[in-house]
Amino acid sequence: MSAAAISLTDQPAREYKAYQHPLWRRLLFNREAAFIGLLVLVLVWASLFVDNFASPLTLTYLIREIAPILFIAMPMAFIIITEEIDLSVASTLGLASVITGLGVQAGWPLPLAGGAAILVGVIAGVINGSLVTFVGLPSLAVTIGTLALFRGIAVGLLGTTAISTFPDFWTDLARANIPATPIPVIIIPFLVLLAVFATVLHFTPFGRSLYTIGLNKEVASFSGINVGMTKFWLFVMSGAVSGLAGVYFTLLYNNARGDNAIGMELQIIAAVLLGGVSILGGRGAMHGVIAGVFLIGVMSSALRLAGVTSDIINIIVGTVLIVSVVSASFLAWVRTKRIAAIGRKKGQAGSSGESA
Amino acid sequence: MTATMEATEKRSPLAGLAHLAKARETGIAIALIAVIVAATLVNPTFLFSADGFRDLLLTPSILMVTAVGVGVVIITGNVDLSVGSVVGLVAYMTGRLFIAFPDINPFFVFLAGLAAGGLLGLINGSLVAFGKVPAMVITLGTLYIYRGINVAWAGSDRINASDMPASFLALGTQDILGIPVLTIIAVVVLVVAAWYLRNLRSGRELYAMGSDADAAHLYGLKVTRNVIAAFVVCGALAGMAGVLFAARYGTVSSNAGYGWELQAIGSAVIGGIAISGGVGTVWGAAIGAYLLLTINRALPIIGIQDFWQRAVVGILIIGAIVLDRVLAVRQHRRLVESREGVK
Repeated sequence: MSAAAISLTDQPAREYKAYQHPLWRRLLFNREAAFIGLLVLVLVWASLFVDNFASPLTLTYLIREIAPILFIAMPMAFIIITEEIDLSVASTLGLASVITGLGVQAGWPLPLAGGAAILVGVIAGVINGSLVTFVGLPSLAVTIGTLALFRGIAVGLLGTTAISTFPDFWTDLARANIPATPIPVIIIPFLVLLAVFATVLHFTPFGRSLYTIGLNKEVASFSGINVGMTKFWLFVMSGAVSGLAGVYFTLLYNNARGDNAIGMELQIIAAVLLGGVSILGGRGAMHGVIAGVFLIGVMSSALRLAGVTSDIINIIVGTVLIVSVVSASFLAWVRTKRIAAIGRKKGQAGSSGESA
Repeated sequence: MTATMEATEKRSPLAGLAHLAKARETGIAIALIAVIVAATLVNPTFLFSADGFRDLLLTPSILMVTAVGVGVVIITGNVDLSVGSVVGLVAYMTGRLFIAFPDINPFFVFLAGLAAGGLLGLINGSLVAFGKVPAMVITLGTLYIYRGINVAWAGSDRINASDMPASFLALGTQDILGIPVLTIIAVVVLVVAAWYLRNLRSGRELYAMGSDADAAHLYGLKVTRNVIAAFVVCGALAGMAGVLFAARYGTVSSNAGYGWELQAIGSAVIGGIAISGGVGTVWGAAIGAYLLLTINRALPIIGIQDFWQRAVVGILIIGAIVLDRVLAVRQHRRLVESREGVK
């Protein structure tokens, strides 16, 4: 026992660095990089071969259109990394849109109406989070229920009518570009939020704890992570961001309706999964998620300009989603076969040869 | 797995009755009856008129067939989000078949619908089982793909009632002894599926997989094969629902069945099938589907604007899963108590 301890300390300190792949390999050979590469390919292809794609107007419309998805994809990534899911985001967005509309109709100034809408989003998140954390229900079932509930309240409040009497100042702002660029102003709050979300996820103990929760809840719990409350706050955050996206959506289209953004939850989840977040939890990165959203957005926009109808775009998005997850599991299978083969060749299951 | 043990026990009819009274499905059935009674008290024609009675039975039949299929998949611990797209695609295919072969026997169209749905389910199942990828992701992908194929095929085109022979459309309107044919078909499907899941070995294996897939695999169950089979059944039933959809409504556009996946999963959850698998019966899913659509029709009669129906559905789903949770916690506590008591 003591002899073994001595021999261990006599050796030069084993450093993690010596046993991992070089930094450039870790940065380039992963799913996120693959999707950013694919995104660049699609961008280059579209700029070269699709008329009008490489125009500033395309960029403006592209960013406007995917902004709500970009916003919600960030908290959604957090939630999926902890192995939960939130299907109710698009319904929350619709409900926030209706609240904004009703507030303005009642004569409130827009910041107040928007604030109320975000508050409703927070309440929606509290409902989801409470049912998941305090009642202990699976989030898939809970958010299928609240998907119907929030959408139902939105449609119930407004019926088939639509409100489109928003102050010009705010609707103009939602459509405004940063002066002298084709980039919409909405990109600024997005970048601020992105900086916050990316920092929290990748550089804080809280963010790292999400991966632990996603990989193994018991381990996370024994490591001193409050699994329940973490999930609760993630759902609240998702509700708040969905509310914010709802206000933007309303102003952008100058339209508050109960069925705004219906079905968007599946688009958001598809984008997040396409960006390399594993539905089994514990895996994913912010740059991949953003690339996933842009990949779907750019493909749709380019194909639409190329005269391809939206149904073909759906087929392509679905296929890319399936190919991306199946290929990941295929590559993992190949790797285990390879490692097993190396182990057989060396007559041992050693890893010492691997790191060289 | 409790049901297996109970099935092998010899029980008096009275014990069977007590079991029925305690069953999770009974609660949902009582809720359904309460809704029907409330609506009938306000407006007697809801139940006591030829049309009212017919609609009551007919409207939920197609969703019921879909919900039974989805229920089977959820029991194995998977989920199928693509059923709505399968219903739409097969419904459109049904119409195209009649346009291409005007003299085709409706029975063959029925079989073709089952086969097409089964094939789409086979694609889902194979990707899930061989790719070792969560069903949620695969079927989210095929939801887009199948719907995309449907829209690409149909475009803005629409199948009209005049494209289909009267003998086929009669399937959607005819009744036998006052009970619509569609409902009879749906109930036959339900009874066969329920019997299979409860009484046959391979049916019980589906529950075992849903409870713990790894344990089922170690025990020697053919998990891969069974997962594929469950998805094929689910797809085939969605395909059947597509054929029935065409027969019932006569017009099929490219958005037929849109959003049904969530309604079908909602029905299963309301009916007591646990989303994590291994618990529940297709009876529950079927009654859940009836409750869902009957509430939709009853709300305007009771005086609630039908805009609110989705909110009610949401509350119903949440109420059902909270109830299941409370029951599970109580059961757990009781089991712990009885164990402590033996000591």
